Amino acid sequence: MKFGIVTFPGSNCDDDAYLAVTEALGATAERLWHKDHDLRGADVIILPGGFSYGDYLRSGAIARFSPIMREVVEHARRGGPVLGICNGFQILCESGLLPGALLRNRQLQFVCTTVVLRVESRDTMFTNQYREGQLLRIPVAHGDGRYTIDDSGLARLEDAHQVVFRYVDGAGNASPEANPNGSLDNIAGIVNERGNVMGMMPHPERVVTELLGGRDGLGVFESILARVAA
Amino acid sequence: MGATPRAGDPIVTPALIAEHGLTPEEYDRLVRMLGRTPTFTELGIVSALWSEHCSYKHSRPILRTLPTRAPWVLQGPGENAGVIAVGGGLAVAFKIESHNHPSAVEPYQGAATGVGGILRDVFTMGARPIAMLNSLRFGSLDSARVRYLFAGVVRGIGDYGNCVGIPTVAGDIMFDPAYEGNPLVNAMCVGVMREDELITAKAQGVGNTIMAVGARTGRDGIHGASFASEDLSHESDAKRPRVQVGDPFTEKLLLEASLELIRSGHIVAIQDMGAAGLTSSSAEMAARGDVGVSIDVSRMPVREEGMTPYEILLSESQERMLVVALRGHEAAVRGILAKWDLEAEVIGEVIAEPVYRVTEGSHVVAEFPGSRLVTDCPIYTPEARESTEVQRKRAVDVQAIAERPEEADLAWTLRELLSAPTIASKHWVYRQYDQSVRSSTIVGPGPADAAVIHLRGTRRALAVKTDCNGRYVYLEPRVGGQIAVAEAARNVACTGARPMAITNCLNFGNPKRPEVYFSFREAVGGMGDACTALGTPVTGGNVSFYNENPMGAVYPTPTIGMVGLIDDLAHVTRAVFTTPGQSILLLGVPREELGASEYLARVHGIVAGAPPRCDLAAERRLIDALLDAIRAGHVASAHDCSEGGLAVAIAESCMISRDAACGAEIDLTAWNDVSDRALLFGETQGRIVVSTDVPERVLEAAGRHGVPAATIGVVRPADAGLTIRLATRRLHSPVSALADAYHGAIPAIMSRVASAVLDDDLLPAGN
Repeated sequence: MKFGIVTFPGSNCDDDAYLAVTEALGATAERLWHKDHDLRGADVIILPGGFSYGDYLRSGAIARFSPIMREVVEHARRGGPVLGICNGFQILCESGLLPGALLRNRQLQFVCTTVVLRVESRDTMFTNQYREGQLLRIPVAHGDGRYTIDDSGLARLEDAHQVVFRYVDGAGNASPEANPNGSLDNIAGIVNERGNVMGMMPHPERVVTELLGGRDGLGVFESILARVAA
Repeated sequence: MGATPRAGDPIVTPALIAEHGLTPEEYDRLVRMLGRTPTFTELGIVSALWSEHCSYKHSRPILRTLPTRAPWVLQGPGENAGVIAVGGGLAVAFKIESHNHPSAVEPYQGAATGVGGILRDVFTMGARPIAMLNSLRFGSLDSARVRYLFAGVVRGIGDYGNCVGIPTVAGDIMFDPAYEGNPLVNAMCVGVMREDELITAKAQGVGNTIMAVGARTGRDGIHGASFASEDLSHESDAKRPRVQVGDPFTEKLLLEASLELIRSGHIVAIQDMGAAGLTSSSAEMAARGDVGVSIDVSRMPVREEGMTPYEILLSESQERMLVVALRGHEAAVRGILAKWDLEAEVIGEVIAEPVYRVTEGSHVVAEFPGSRLVTDCPIYTPEARESTEVQRKRAVDVQAIAERPEEADLAWTLRELLSAPTIASKHWVYRQYDQSVRSSTIVGPGPADAAVIHLRGTRRALAVKTDCNGRYVYLEPRVGGQIAVAEAARNVACTGARPMAITNCLNFGNPKRPEVYFSFREAVGGMGDACTALGTPVTGGNVSFYNENPMGAVYPTPTIGMVGLIDDLAHVTRAVFTTPGQSILLLGVPREELGASEYLARVHGIVAGAPPRCDLAAERRLIDALLDAIRAGHVASAHDCSEGGLAVAIAESCMISRDAACGAEIDLTAWNDVSDRALLFGETQGRIVVSTDVPERVLEAAGRHGVPAATIGVVRPADAGLTIRLATRRLHSPVSALADAYHGAIPAIMSRVASAVLDDDLLPAGN
């Protein structure tokens, strides 16, 4: 099985995702260029963090029109796994592969800090190697990370257990203080109804070795490997 | 042949000459060089190249005295950035530069474009940027204008670096009324490459092609270099249009395209079009290569119609590069740029004839003989005389200053210092910067004395830090210059790194004033003393004069950017106490030194007294001893004593990591010959607080190097609080109260900001 990591011109976490998958996980990965229409046989697509096309308009708003995204959307419609991290999450929302939207952080400032995430659902192809309710320490780094969705959309997410990660405090409570950006219901990551597309604002690819502050992010990639390779 | 005026050019008059910042003597020099009256275009070119910012005309003779060599220095001063070898065939390029003037009038764009410029300086050497640092100085945060500048600068730095995707990991930030109205914004970039990828900005190869690469040229930033070469005044706000506008997305494209271009072998030289734009980049490249160049400005890709040669030459539009391509490889260069959706246009060539020539089509609009345009710029050594006011302040007997009644509680004083913005946690700043992108940040801002960045694919890491206490330099420039280097060296050593080399950013007032020039000469001298003693040569830097406003000059601030090398990842050391029961040691000794301290400034509102002495031989021994102990695995934490002295250093080691705080029980009764205030809050140099499981081993290492050292206490759990016993008094405080003071100070002040910059949102804040 093979990961495919997309590089948009303004991607800046593509190297990190590539290294996490190849070095820390030991899997194989292909770099995918935004101008191409070729997924190079990748089984799992990662849309990495960054500023895809500058994001002067609205984060991810232009990326959805890029050539590679046509293939990514096709891949997702066929049930292929897609993981969007940070800017990747924004692109997935803009592309309609995930419901809701990511707005400017409530405090109107970029925020980079290590947050605590609670695993809300381990019944996904992205989280099956975690325990339900497990607390993870993973960094966020974004200006537009405030997840929002209308009431009925939120109800559907909750009913279908599509909320995968929430921002919580050290004791595991989804408190307002633990919410770094004002996301609705402290939502940090969601999957689509079918369960093959996940978006999350925090950066699991940055915490895959003890040297860089722990391995809490590795489970996301291990989960994919476990499910897709099985 | 020679240049002739264009139709419509203004006549060169004494008024026009003065407007261009040239003195009558400088103008005469220009006429002698040309053997005729200059054209308007030539006047513009010379105005930029002979501006202080580009020519270093008041600083060169002094800068020449600095040590610049070591076996590991691959590229010293004179290039876009310095480069050192770090082993295993890897090299590190690094440089610091100021963007003070633009940031004073337009903080957001001023700071953002400062980051952009220093990034380009590093990647034009062939290095991939891996870390950014910022050394910032502001007036008092009690001023609304200062809070606006502070918020805008931080936001500008963050939005630019975050978008390009380079982690901002360290720096230093201080606040003092001396910087009111004239903040200092010094940005440093560190990049890594293989030694064989090093490329310079030396034009060579007659017949090779000169190409403009990246963004198009517009009318923004014209005369930015000259603007940065004069005092700020009430009219400075009117010069906001001279501040450039940054586009970090284009910068990211240019970064990738440039590195690809450099590795492709199609080019022989590359240089950022920074200050004074096309003019300085082309003239400097020609001078370095000792060749002639001919440039046709009509071929330059422009943003708007009707730009004159003068405007095209002096525009400081951002995100542009000048490249010398091998003849016949132009299409290949265009291909690489096109991949990144950028343009590359042929605008000239390297010629055998020793001239610097600018044409507009076939019309020669400027022509200078040889490389004299750069090499023959005027050099000044102004009068130097120490200010009598400084002499008077230095002579103040600070021990005679009575304690305030509140100081009866030593914990009150400690909390006052911990909540001083200069000392307090800068988390409010750093959380706006992406610190961990590129997945190499082993230690980011806060928990150690320097940031530690992994050199991927190796067991090695870099430790990086900026430092300078301008108050010391103000009160005694030579000592202040020494301390700036020594402290930076100590800081990287505390993380387990051998200090390797420095870059510097010399922020001073108007050099034509004797007291400013005196402080410049002495501070640079002190810096040189320390670099020689500590074996850390200067690999480059930048001089920023004219940091003055109607209220006077800023403190002389020679900011040091230090790079250290950690040989093995196992040596990475932080500044925080981790394990109750471990011993706390002090390397170095406290002395009766209270002058120039943060204590006097914060608690008494007094800037006076002599700064602490700096014994450079002792500093070297201290670093050697510490590194010995760290490499042997004997050190659990190491933290340098700086602003706020020993008590602040110990308190910080207890609670910088708020989630994992510790207490401590300290006994300083052995130093009953030092006053309580000096013992706790004096800023005696050459001291490091260490925690360890094996105190005897650390004492042994210190002894081997002749470093005085003593066990002063033990780490306790956080709920035991911090206790410091003196001969007759005792300081005790709950750790949480110290943490509240330290971590809460800046957020509390900044929550009062009704930030004007929020409406000024031109760069992406995106993800």
